[in-house]
Amino acid sequence: MTLETTSSAQVGTSPPSQAPTEHTLVIEPTRGWASLQLRAVWQYRELLYFLVWRDLKVRYKQTVLGLLWIVLQPVVSMVIFSLLFGELLNVPSGGVPYPIFAYTALLPWNYFASSLSKSSTSLVGSTHLITKVYFPRLIIPVSGVLSGLVDFGIAFLVLIGLMVYYGVAPTPAVVLLPAFLLLAMLTALGFGLWLSALNVRYRDVNYLIPFLIQVWMYLTPVIYGSTLIPERFRFLLGLNPMTGVVESFRWALLGNQLADAQLPGVLFAVSIAITLLVLISGAIFFRATERTFADIV
Amino acid sequence: MIDIAIRVEKLSKRYRIGRAQQRHDTLRDALVAGLRAPLERLRRDGRGLDRPAEDTIWALKDVSFEVKCGEVLGIIGRNGAGKSTLLKILSRITEPTEGRAVIDGRVGSLLEVGTGFHPELTGRENIYLNGAILGMRRAEIDRRFDGIVAFAEIERFLDTPVKHYSSGMYVRLAFAVAAHLEPEIMLVDEVLAVGDIAFQKKCLGKMSNVARGGRTILFVSHNMAAIANLCTHAFLLEQGRITRMGNTQDVIEAYIRSFQSLNGATLDQREDREGSGRLRFEDMRIQDRLGRLLDVVTCGQDVTFELAYTTDTSIRSQNVVMSIGFYNILGQPLFLCRSDLQGTEYRNMPAQGTVSCHIPKLPLPPGEFRVNLQCEVNGVVADWLRDAYIVTVIEGDFFGSGRLPSRTRGDLLIEHQWRQPVADAKE
Repeated sequence: MTLETTSSAQVGTSPPSQAPTEHTLVIEPTRGWASLQLRAVWQYRELLYFLVWRDLKVRYKQTVLGLLWIVLQPVVSMVIFSLLFGELLNVPSGGVPYPIFAYTALLPWNYFASSLSKSSTSLVGSTHLITKVYFPRLIIPVSGVLSGLVDFGIAFLVLIGLMVYYGVAPTPAVVLLPAFLLLAMLTALGFGLWLSALNVRYRDVNYLIPFLIQVWMYLTPVIYGSTLIPERFRFLLGLNPMTGVVESFRWALLGNQLADAQLPGVLFAVSIAITLLVLISGAIFFRATERTFADIV
Repeated sequence: MIDIAIRVEKLSKRYRIGRAQQRHDTLRDALVAGLRAPLERLRRDGRGLDRPAEDTIWALKDVSFEVKCGEVLGIIGRNGAGKSTLLKILSRITEPTEGRAVIDGRVGSLLEVGTGFHPELTGRENIYLNGAILGMRRAEIDRRFDGIVAFAEIERFLDTPVKHYSSGMYVRLAFAVAAHLEPEIMLVDEVLAVGDIAFQKKCLGKMSNVARGGRTILFVSHNMAAIANLCTHAFLLEQGRITRMGNTQDVIEAYIRSFQSLNGATLDQREDREGSGRLRFEDMRIQDRLGRLLDVVTCGQDVTFELAYTTDTSIRSQNVVMSIGFYNILGQPLFLCRSDLQGTEYRNMPAQGTVSCHIPKLPLPPGEFRVNLQCEVNGVVADWLRDAYIVTVIEGDFFGSGRLPSRTRGDLLIEHQWRQPVADAKE
């Protein structure tokens, strides 16, 4: 075997017209902690936009009901819950009509559940991209939690209709709703980062997710109110960040009529802390395993 | 310094293979192994042993080279030699295990055309989506949009979902987007192996324009004609190492020579194969009419290709299709002998055996030809060996006239008759 060095003569080529570029890329094995690469994510924001846009474009193609599906899911759940828990079991709803009590919670919950499931399966679903082209992988789970916002917006219109129908006026705290929604989004993203990265190696995650979401819903005061739980244990509910989100939604929207309305303060603070913990650790775990995605997915 | 676009230093990539058997595909396995691992590590540390060597394979080992600005460098090598791994590392899809690469300039990589195309979206929408995936900004795509559409020749179908496109249109659109990517450095993998001949020519034309435009290109292909056409320099990768580097023509010749040593090694030792493995080709022999083994074949000779195989026994009563593909030395396809096209059905094959394909009059002129073997079981590729054999053909009396066309006049001989003139009725 002969190994020649590159011949120094350059045949028939001219240097490129562009000036020498400012960016030099060094490729080498990552050692230790990988940086979160948030700047790279920002540089690729247009790709993020296009991925979300594709998701929205494609989602209800070739369906008869189309956008109606977005409304149908929470409304049907609301009707069933109202019959079962509101009428039959008489679950206390703090003086608010049970349907609107349930729907106010279903709104952020459904957004969270679909975002979590989408971002957790997103990496494996994008195998063809991951193995063929480079971009910050963080974009994929992030796009999973963004596209659900449109569904949330549409389902929110139904809530406005319900509030008018039942004559419920929101409290001024309604301006805080985006912050509560953001908490739901970051929670979904945090768990989505963990699960999507794990899913690359362990397909168990695919089976885990529907089950996890179901159990999680019963642990979250969606069909009941957290007042059902004895006061001294209530902070424990905060360990589930979605409790904070759901109760805050009720507080901001129905507070005027809710019997013992108060911002679930401690509970909310615990939720934020947990979410940040999961989000940051998720991002670190994601980045640490990212380098092997293309090899094992 | 500034005129070096890519500098690669001792780049290596290790994959685990032995571990593939006991990879922790389910969480349960991982938990069990997680409990065991500390113990095992203790034991191994005690003995001072590293991971056994057979667990891993070096897909790339100590690869170093430099590419100057504006140079078009070809990468040649057999399947599994590490070409794609190298491009994947340079495109940052996967990380190297050792070594480093320094790239000066904006990189666009084209490891596949149509990455991220969505069948439900229209041509117009896919142009934007695919452009963004390849790293173009929206403003750039806007600017090049008309050029892309014209190049792909799909004006009329711009607003049709691509799932209704013919495969030709699909590929044209996909390549058009990629071809309008204008980074300073382009990494291209085998994308020309798609589309019809006319479109391939157009793509090659576009690429050589790009090359002349002073762009730096790293080009991987099995198509030696394309490599010879486009590249000023090339190197040959064999089992993850660079074994030859320099002038394109020299490297292509070294590559071709490397095949001739292949026939010595029996097929069953070849690992660079693809497919499910339900059937494996073990050996290939060529026999003449009387069953004598042939080392070289004569033009027009009556030959039989004998393919010895083994299967897992579960293959019984499955539908098996065998094919032998003939290629010239540059890798351009000449003809295909495929059992189902010719009307032979293979069912209930013995677990080990030999199938044969008889060609009464081999239509190859003198020269060397590459042979691919492929087997499908129920439509799924079971074994696929590129360059399983190099057939050496020597001069023979194909036409019964003792004469043959000059070697530059094509890679096939065909039986035909010229007739004496017939007087025109009018005269």
